[in-house]
Amino acid sequence: MADAHRAAAPRDASAPLLAIEGLEGWYGESHVLHGVTFDVRPGEVVTLLGRNGAGKTTTLRAIIGILGKRRGSIVFDGVETIGMPSRLIARLGVGYVPEERGIFASLSVHENLMLPPRVKPGGMSVDDIYALFPNLRERSRSQGTKLSGGEQQMLSIGRILRTGAKLILLDEPTEGLAPVIVQQIGRTLQRLKAEGYTTVLVEQNFRFAQTVADRHFVVEQGRVVDMIPNHDLDANLGKLHAYLGV
Amino acid sequence: MTTIFGVSVQALSGQLLLGLINGSFYAMLSLGLAIIFGLLNVINFAHGALYMMGAFVAWILLNELGLGYWWALLIAPLAVGLFGALLERLLLARLYKLDHLYGLLLTFGLALIIQGLFRQHYGSSGLPYVIPPELSGGQRLPFMFLPNYRAWVVAASLVICLSTWLLIEKTKLGAYLRAATENPTLVGAFGVNVPLLITLTYAFGVGLAALAGVLAAPIYSVNPAMGADIIIVVFAVVVIGGMGSILGSILTGFGLGLVEGLTKVFYPEASSVVIFVIMAVVLLAKPSGLFGRSA
Amino acid sequence: MAAAHDATPIAAARPAAEGVDPKALHRRIMIGIVVLLALLPLGVYPIFLMKVLCFALFALAFNLLLGFGGLLSFGHAAYFGMAGYVSAYAAKAWGLTPELAIASGTLAATALGLAFGALAIRRQGIYFAMITLALAQMVYFFSLQARFTGGEDGIQGVPRGRLFGLIDLSDDRVLYAVVAVIFTAGMLLIYRVIHSPFGQVLKAIRENEPRAISLGYRVNRYKLAVFVLSATLAGVAGSTKAIVFQLASLTDVHWSMSGEVVLMTLVGGMGTVFGPIVGAFVMIAMESYLAPFGAWVTIIQGCVFVVCVLTFRDGIVGMLGRILRRPL
Repeated sequence: MADAHRAAAPRDASAPLLAIEGLEGWYGESHVLHGVTFDVRPGEVVTLLGRNGAGKTTTLRAIIGILGKRRGSIVFDGVETIGMPSRLIARLGVGYVPEERGIFASLSVHENLMLPPRVKPGGMSVDDIYALFPNLRERSRSQGTKLSGGEQQMLSIGRILRTGAKLILLDEPTEGLAPVIVQQIGRTLQRLKAEGYTTVLVEQNFRFAQTVADRHFVVEQGRVVDMIPNHDLDANLGKLHAYLGV
Repeated sequence: MTTIFGVSVQALSGQLLLGLINGSFYAMLSLGLAIIFGLLNVINFAHGALYMMGAFVAWILLNELGLGYWWALLIAPLAVGLFGALLERLLLARLYKLDHLYGLLLTFGLALIIQGLFRQHYGSSGLPYVIPPELSGGQRLPFMFLPNYRAWVVAASLVICLSTWLLIEKTKLGAYLRAATENPTLVGAFGVNVPLLITLTYAFGVGLAALAGVLAAPIYSVNPAMGADIIIVVFAVVVIGGMGSILGSILTGFGLGLVEGLTKVFYPEASSVVIFVIMAVVLLAKPSGLFGRSA
Repeated sequence: MAAAHDATPIAAARPAAEGVDPKALHRRIMIGIVVLLALLPLGVYPIFLMKVLCFALFALAFNLLLGFGGLLSFGHAAYFGMAGYVSAYAAKAWGLTPELAIASGTLAATALGLAFGALAIRRQGIYFAMITLALAQMVYFFSLQARFTGGEDGIQGVPRGRLFGLIDLSDDRVLYAVVAVIFTAGMLLIYRVIHSPFGQVLKAIRENEPRAISLGYRVNRYKLAVFVLSATLAGVAGSTKAIVFQLASLTDVHWSMSGEVVLMTLVGGMGTVFGPIVGAFVMIAMESYLAPFGAWVTIIQGCVFVVCVLTFRDGIVGMLGRILRRPL
């Protein structure tokens, strides 16, 4: 399975899987993104750090194509996606795990898991996903929203792993979860990285981000204002605290 | 002769059967309305007109092309469904970003056009449609005479309603529909073609209406006003049931048909308004409807 | 896609040009209307004008509810038609003078509006529209069966009578003057309401109901009040029409009449001050020309609906206002 992912990666390994340049975005009338620029290499985990309202979630929404209006350039796997509807972007191999988790109340856990269509070959099998998140198997017949917050988060991640998406957009997966669940999600992300998935992670909790990420992009007022490699994070804590205002 | 509360059992069961038949149409129509509303947020005012169109397609097939009832059961829903798909793609799709009331106004206009065109061409007096030979005649039960065609209508609409329920609750396509009803944006972000799903849903809903129209053709005369008369009652049915639940729509439809039948027996003057009165009572007691979620 | 959050509210408030007091302009337009009302009978049949005025008042009343209250009633024929029945019955069976007949009809509309409004405001949006429609259909069936309405025949040969027992209204020109006065009074009343503190609260509710609630307004009382007021004024229009045409019939309580007043308002411009008057004029004129063509009237009305909703949501006056950058 991991092999399949490597096979699907771009031929030129140094080329970024995702390259964003001068991305601007609007929510209705309000201009939220003012020229976001960053890129993500195949197999990499990057985080978007920043204060509330800085534009992190909006950036993810722009990548998957569900922002009302966007401008600039988003190249995924060599394809310019700025003018595409979200369903075609997803079909290129982008999987989206939204902030509010997006579990459907009128669907069972199993139906939630099976909902996103396969977009590329090489996704995990249902058994693999249930092995990764045993809780979900036990509760596969329950209503989706009857799960605990942590289980809902696992379901939200798990259903994307089925689709064969190469790039996973994760919006605050640890928000509001107990430490033990956060650890489990961290282990999951490390395992996905080992299997060759590429991840863009929006995170408030940089302590958590530090355990999984390769690079951190700092977002401020709709722009990427800094990049901190993970191994330099500790050296840059002062600067980071200033950015995040903690 | 046996009587209950001074009413003969024959009259009672006869009216209950009629009520059950009306209830069949209420159920099929309100089911389609609820499915369409769930995904499109549009109350399809043209639903009655498309039901009428189904009956007319059956009549035209029989009288102009010599194709009988069983063909009509197949062709009319497909033809009207296709017409509905065109309406959705060309007209309704332009309104999804606006206030939902515009959808109501647009489909009201469409209902006027469709109804006016049929009246212009076929007059308003009504055309007869004969019961197919396989379903003519009836059964002599101990307490009443049961016409075969009426039994067939009740059975067929029950099967149609339950199959629709199974389709929505138990299949993959139904899961897409339920999910998109909750959050169309996210379903689109998973790579599902939501605009196509919307078109199919509208076509399916109005196809159901057309199917009801074909079933109705041999019972009522086929006339351009038949849809307008029933759709307002169906709106009341939908308000009473609430549009949150598929089974709720079906139950409410059949139940209110029966209540209407009973009213015809015991207090005939009130039979045309009883459903509206029930609606008023439900609004006072449980504004979200019997099976509705809040607001 | 079908998500509700980005929907622009129906009949959204028109942008006002800065630094211009629209009221001065409105005052001039209203004086213009009054002058026009005085001059028009010189060239146009008074009967046609009276029909237009009755419907214009009906549409103004409807627009008060939709354009300024944000509530789409699909059953306004109930108040218009029932008031007509009561007014006609009072004039014919009780022998009341026309002003008392009109007052009785209006009172009936007020009572009906109070009862139906209290029910309908328990739901919002699309349900509100369906409920008002269903309740109006109940009135239709009642009118079909009740004895005093005359069923399919309606109430015919209603005497126009003498205003205050003095002025004979059988002369069309005299009656026209009375109708013109009623219309003008109705228009001024609605204008005052829109620009009163009450109207401001309605605006706040229409734009953001949760916020209005959190500011402590008892939103449902405001909604009910505007509903009753709108039904009452629709009743004035319906009562007057019954006296003018000496007839009250099922046509005026039918759902198609409810649709027609929606259409007049849509064509003229929802949420504009003067749009419904223009819409009523245009639609009545169109129907008069098309009357010989039977079912085509309905078809064309349907087409006007579709075209307006798809491409012309501002209506005639709304678009004029946009061009002139003045709220009309």
